Amino acid sequence: MNAPRSSLFRFASPQVFYPLAGKLIPWFAVAAAALAAWGVYLGFFVAPTDATQGDSYRIIYIHVASAWMSMFLYVIMAFWAAIGIAFNTRLSSMMASAIAPTGALMTFIALWTGAFWGRPTWGAYWVWDARLTSELILLFLYLGFIALQAAIDDARRADRAGAIIAIVGVINVPIIYFSVKWWNTLHQGASVSLTKAPTMATTMLTGMLVMALAFWMYSIAASLARVRSIILEREKRTDWVRELSDKGAL
Amino acid sequence: MQWGSWENFWAMGGYGFYVWGAYGMTVAVLAAEFVLLRTRRARAKSEIARELRTRIQAESKR
Repeated sequence: MNAPRSSLFRFASPQVFYPLAGKLIPWFAVAAAALAAWGVYLGFFVAPTDATQGDSYRIIYIHVASAWMSMFLYVIMAFWAAIGIAFNTRLSSMMASAIAPTGALMTFIALWTGAFWGRPTWGAYWVWDARLTSELILLFLYLGFIALQAAIDDARRADRAGAIIAIVGVINVPIIYFSVKWWNTLHQGASVSLTKAPTMATTMLTGMLVMALAFWMYSIAASLARVRSIILEREKRTDWVRELSDKGAL
Repeated sequence: MQWGSWENFWAMGGYGFYVWGAYGMTVAVLAAEFVLLRTRRARAKSEIARELRTRIQAESKR
């Protein structure tokens, strides 16, 4: 099977994408580590103690970053799942499957760090607030997607079934985002928005954005690493995988 | 350093348990994903090697 040579669609071929992803992973991983180190430095050694929350607020750097990623990754996962069934591109569906576990992990981190922040500030690890509940539903959507795909043997059928959950579940993302506006929530409103000046000190904001970028880079590296394994699992009987294996270049 | 001492740093103004509980779990979960990714890749590779061996055996019997 030869990949068409002349367009971006060339990269839709697992055979072409596999080595490319392998080359990209170290760059994203190094960027993630460097940004995380910088973010921790800003967050713990440059940013001052908060006047009202004391040092408990320092959880914000991982809480906001992981919560943002949990929503971004869901939308990206649904996008690739939709492309995968609309254009019948296998790699797109593999990408969706590769993103799901990292998305679930980000959602878990957002919930966990939120609980550890909620306890000292609200007096409770958990409340059935609209923001918290919709984020918990997001975790169940990710887990449902993963479990459904794992339950179906035929890869393409699993892709189609997963895509339906992924696409329908997208409705939950704006619900999470706007929940703090639509309902009276214990959870605070957005601290950062494109239209208003941020309601926090500059050093805190910079630390948060740097950490968010670190989580982006990490998520890309992890998803690419996982999609490479998925490609090998699904293409193990193809000639190109055999050739790479013979050369010891897998 | 704004903390004065490492002791103060780890205490986090009395919020040490919450701050380190949040960061600790994050690091643990990311480390777990790293291990899982490596295991999955190793399993995929050994699966390919096994596939290849059975094919070679089948061909040599013929």
